[in-house]
Amino acid sequence: MVTASWYLILAAGLFTIGATGLLVRRNPLIMFMCVELMLNAVNLTFITFGRELNDIGGQVSVFFVLVVAAAEVVVGLAIVVAINRRRPQATADDLSALRG
Amino acid sequence: METAVFIVCAVIVLAGALGVVLSRNPVHAALSLVGTLFGMAVLFLNLEAHFLAAVQIIVYAGAIVVLFLFVIMLLGVDRLEDLSVEPITGQRALAALVGLGTFGLAVAFLVTGDIGVVGVGAQTADITDQYSNLRQIADVLFTDYVYAFEATAALLTISVVGAVVMSRRMGRDDEAQEASGDD
Repeated sequence: MVTASWYLILAAGLFTIGATGLLVRRNPLIMFMCVELMLNAVNLTFITFGRELNDIGGQVSVFFVLVVAAAEVVVGLAIVVAINRRRPQATADDLSALRG
Repeated sequence: METAVFIVCAVIVLAGALGVVLSRNPVHAALSLVGTLFGMAVLFLNLEAHFLAAVQIIVYAGAIVVLFLFVIMLLGVDRLEDLSVEPITGQRALAALVGLGTFGLAVAFLVTGDIGVVGVGAQTADITDQYSNLRQIADVLFTDYVYAFEATAALLTISVVGAVVMSRRMGRDDEAQEASGDD
């Protein structure tokens, strides 16, 4: 039987992979994907706790996380597109200054 | 049955996540991300969160990954990245250390804590079989969380407007700079 701990350990593993990837990779798009991995790990944790505590609030929280993740991706990718106009193929290392 | 589904989906999720982090081609990373998100949707079904499983497929796998792929194609950054070069010496070892430390602490707490999941149950509303999952979420969303719901509507509007403004203004600056450079 699968207990809640299994789901939580899987979520911890997914979060770890996402966090490590965010630290290691240099391509801004891949870094965004790693952020999505971390958000998904947190969503899994929310739903697991919601089921264990018999509370629908966990699923409602995941709904809000989904909305915020969508908004974050829209703004983030717009920034990536805007930066790529000025400096094609820029990596995170090239973007050391806030000014374009 | 739940165990079998969990094991298969866990393998898919972790393999997809490793694919995102380790693939040299951004397109392959985006497709690995789809695998992770599908596995996660099935896990949501396993946890009886039916509405969120559908939303996961539609919003994440449908919209967000397509947006990623669209940007990859638009920018033409589909060339391979050289992963053998380490830009900052020792950074990968430190990142692995941080990752393993985070994972180790979380798992150690779960395994040796021997307390399982604790907390006060059903603060918001019970999860019952009486109504559909969608109706239970909607009941809470449009009563207790209605202000947060309205705030997300504002957030989405602002983010869309921000994306449009950012793309347009940067473009005009480029043209102005090029024009002044020509003079």
